[in-house]
Amino acid sequence: MAYAAGIDVGSTQTKAVLIDEDQRIVSRALVDTGANVVTAAEKAFRAALDGASASEEEVAFIVGTGYGRYRVTFGDAQVTEISCHARGAVLMFPATQTVLDMGGQDTKAIHVDPRGEVLDFCMNDKCAAGTGRFLQAAAFALDIPLGDLGPTALRSKKPVQITTTCIVFGKSEILSWLARGKKVEDILMGVHRSIAVRSMGLLRRVGVEPQVTFTGGVSRNRGMVEVVQEMLGVTLNVSEESQFMGALGAALFALDHIRKSRTATKPPVGKSLGAKEGTAPA
Amino acid sequence: MMFTGGVDVGSTYTKVVILREDGRIAAKTMVATGFRLAEAATCAFEDAIAAAGTSEHEVAYVVSTGLGRYQVPFRDTQVTELTANARGVRHFFPSTRTLLDVGAQTMKSSRLDERGKVKAFRLTDKCAAGTGAFLETTARYLGYEIDEIGPLTATSKEPVAIFAACAVFAESEVINHVSSGRAPADIMHGAIVSLADRSVQLMKRTGIEAEITVVGGIMRFETMVRVMREELKTAVNVPPGDLAQYTGAIGAALLAQRRLEKRCGEAGMDGSSRAACSGSAAGFSR
Repeated sequence: MAYAAGIDVGSTQTKAVLIDEDQRIVSRALVDTGANVVTAAEKAFRAALDGASASEEEVAFIVGTGYGRYRVTFGDAQVTEISCHARGAVLMFPATQTVLDMGGQDTKAIHVDPRGEVLDFCMNDKCAAGTGRFLQAAAFALDIPLGDLGPTALRSKKPVQITTTCIVFGKSEILSWLARGKKVEDILMGVHRSIAVRSMGLLRRVGVEPQVTFTGGVSRNRGMVEVVQEMLGVTLNVSEESQFMGALGAALFALDHIRKSRTATKPPVGKSLGAKEGTAPA
Repeated sequence: MMFTGGVDVGSTYTKVVILREDGRIAAKTMVATGFRLAEAATCAFEDAIAAAGTSEHEVAYVVSTGLGRYQVPFRDTQVTELTANARGVRHFFPSTRTLLDVGAQTMKSSRLDERGKVKAFRLTDKCAAGTGAFLETTARYLGYEIDEIGPLTATSKEPVAIFAACAVFAESEVINHVSSGRAPADIMHGAIVSLADRSVQLMKRTGIEAEITVVGGIMRFETMVRVMREELKTAVNVPPGDLAQYTGAIGAALLAQRRLEKRCGEAGMDGSSRAACSGSAAGFSR
């Protein structure tokens, strides 16, 4: 059995996914990216191999994605995270029309076709406002673990309104709300809303279709899911694998390569397969 | 002796200047603003009157400015930083036509007319990359304090180009430069060049006309002023010593003098009874 691997090196976390030839996830792993991007990619890949009790030789093709995709030294090819998130989201939720990917330092709105191809996308490339970075800054300023941010925010009754755009200023605004005696949950809800409002801007620019799939690390935050749902007025597709969507998409691209190389090296099989497909409808 | 006060409550520092009647500075103080703006203003003001060897009652009129100008409980009135700075630079450089103020969280460029009035202005206050905060975050990524920026960049040979348009994204760029062995002084110098580029861009939007004067807390870093001169390829005025940081407070105190004269004029009093007028005015307004 040959496996295909996708390694998504994000700004905060590095994700690895192994899939089999039937596009089923056999293993996934997540490590903090940290300062050494190359090591993080290797660690994530190793962990994924261990999870599947597979050896390196069994992985026929590896695709790297994410901002550190060129640092995946053992990768066979690189694909942008936009294409990968689109591809992964459509495999997980075949009806997906729009993908909202919120990561550690960027947020992307992607319009996809039913095959998972990117029709249009929009992202914050110049400014960190409206990304997971603001949540990190808030977690740091308020001394709360990242995982508790969403649940804490959801307890808010009177959210504050964050007026600053820049995260650097946002951090001082958080502290000034604290100094004014505001509750942590109300400040946090304000932070979630401020990020969500900015992602609405991106979504509107690519067009919002009813089937929105939410991916990226921030999609694991229950508070953000609820705030975005409320603002969009639709229910988001979110799965346990949402964080691995980019790595999954990369693995799917790797699988494409495996299949293609087979048809190239064994032309008769390829032809007969093609013929079969061609004749099937008749 | 009668004094006036200028209180400039900035995002990071609160500056107070006490002026004598003859326009000379009797005292100036600075405290960190923190989150209790009224407290910071009161504390800096008390320090200043003590340093001037006077009492609250002798400070006849107080004008506040800066982002916290409405939080100064003992003010007689408040003016915007644009107005205060324009008045302040007129004191130092009366022929100023273009004024740049770079503070911790804002950058403002204004064009002044021959009477020192603000004709046009542009400002940046949404993005840290266009303000002093960019230097602060860069220093932090490098493991330095804000006040080490000056001595650090003094040792720089040549700046490292910083491309990030965002103070947050600049972190990975700075870390990459550090890990590839670039000197912190050169990286910090690069951050200053980036900020100076943005300053010039903002100034171009209001139009640049000689004389040019630069003020604000960031101008206490000599490298910033030097890079501004290099980029503008022309003479650039800076108030002497550490006064670039106090320009807003000085302007506010000078405006306080004007208000006081006007009030006394309206009351129909001559010079000799002015102190009485101001005393009662101050007592009344507080």
